[in-house]
Amino acid sequence: MTAAPLPLVDQFQHGLAAPICLTWELTYACNLSCVHCLSSSGRRDPGELSTARCMALIDEFERMQVFYVNIGGGEPTVRPDFWDLVGYAVSHRVGVKFSTNGVKITPDVARRLAASDYVDVQISLDGATEQVNDAVRGPGSYRTAIRAAARLADAGFRSFKLSVVVTRHNAAQLDQFAELAREYGAQLRLTRLRPAGRGAAVWNELRPTADQQRAVYDWLTAHGEHVLTGDSFFHLAGYGQPLPGLNLCGAGRVVCLIDPVGDVYACPFAIHDSFLAGNVRADGGFARVWRESELFAELRRPQSGGACTSCSAFDACRGGCMAAKFFTGLPLDGPDPECVLGHGETALAQAAGVTPPRPVTDHSRRSPVPITIGRRRAPDRACDPDPLAGFATRMG
Amino acid sequence: MRPEPFGALLYHYGTRRLSFLKNPTVLAVVRSLAEHPTARSACESAGVTARALPAYQRALAALAQSAMIRERGKP
Repeated sequence: MTAAPLPLVDQFQHGLAAPICLTWELTYACNLSCVHCLSSSGRRDPGELSTARCMALIDEFERMQVFYVNIGGGEPTVRPDFWDLVGYAVSHRVGVKFSTNGVKITPDVARRLAASDYVDVQISLDGATEQVNDAVRGPGSYRTAIRAAARLADAGFRSFKLSVVVTRHNAAQLDQFAELAREYGAQLRLTRLRPAGRGAAVWNELRPTADQQRAVYDWLTAHGEHVLTGDSFFHLAGYGQPLPGLNLCGAGRVVCLIDPVGDVYACPFAIHDSFLAGNVRADGGFARVWRESELFAELRRPQSGGACTSCSAFDACRGGCMAAKFFTGLPLDGPDPECVLGHGETALAQAAGVTPPRPVTDHSRRSPVPITIGRRRAPDRACDPDPLAGFATRMG
Repeated sequence: MRPEPFGALLYHYGTRRLSFLKNPTVLAVVRSLAEHPTARSACESAGVTARALPAYQRALAALAQSAMIRERGKP
């Protein structure tokens, strides 16, 4: 789709009038507690944007000609005004793609979604089998996701997305995922596991091995544009030919994140003060943050490749993912921790004594309160005046 | 279609695909297509030289193939 061979990548580095890929996390509330949650979601934030604020933000997207927003969370559909906001966006010519674990996709909702051209749905699934998925996303989550997929398929919703974060435990299941997607008339989307949010704590044990990375790359190049990736595997381009899509970190250039309280971050994987550009409630709103924030201006200036500049693969991978480096304690101008040439492993070993920055916001549900009701043990005393005598009630 | 410093971005809600107009001239051509009897005439009035015409022909063909533009009267 070109008229003249202008270096588009260079243009993107200088930023756009509005983001192409705008992620909007509507709530930190979630019914699940996935171990690798990027946004450490669980509990609703009391400062969450109100319905009116959300609609004003959609008005702004319309003025900026944002084509579509990627709505996520938390679990966005648990917001009582979620369907109203989707309807509002669509009627203001802002397309919606939303990510869900499927919990609110009833047959009726599926039919309504299938009827709209401007809404796309992405169901998260991190295992092609219940066992692999539920180990990461929690008990019952596989069945919930598959039930939602079946309902969308039954409603005639074509090409919704099955979205998979590739881990050590599911990297061998890519063909099975593709088969699942085919079965439900969906399109498969694979994304990279990032050490962001709660994912920072499990990244080392869940990230694909070096051999698996290579296999994922080969699988992606074999499947081409039929499989979506959110352009998240560009660090693998160092193996050779680039993957379809943008092989470049888009943070602050083509990508940004608006979190549930209106904070604007450079990317969805970088929820940290170091990447906080502003808040949509401030004067000038989101447009001003996008166009004028100092952080984004800095990200749009030519970046130093640092230690990577002399590497033969630098033009392909561009040093990889900023957030992956940041949350593993690596310098931003050095190799990606999962550098395919092994420079990341060396850098990680060198940084072994460094404490990586911690994610700053945490809405994880506090550990479940184990009140055991009904399990009586023998009363301590035959006639205890305490009405709870005999019930083991422990908080904490 | 959204104007950008380098030209414009196009998004098709049906195919969910993004396309790029990589310079202001091709943007002017695409914008004026409806007012011209032919694509060639739109190119000429946007100042596309005879020499550059094949490149614009290819660009418009690519846009047509991805359903970003379509022949008049066709659904």
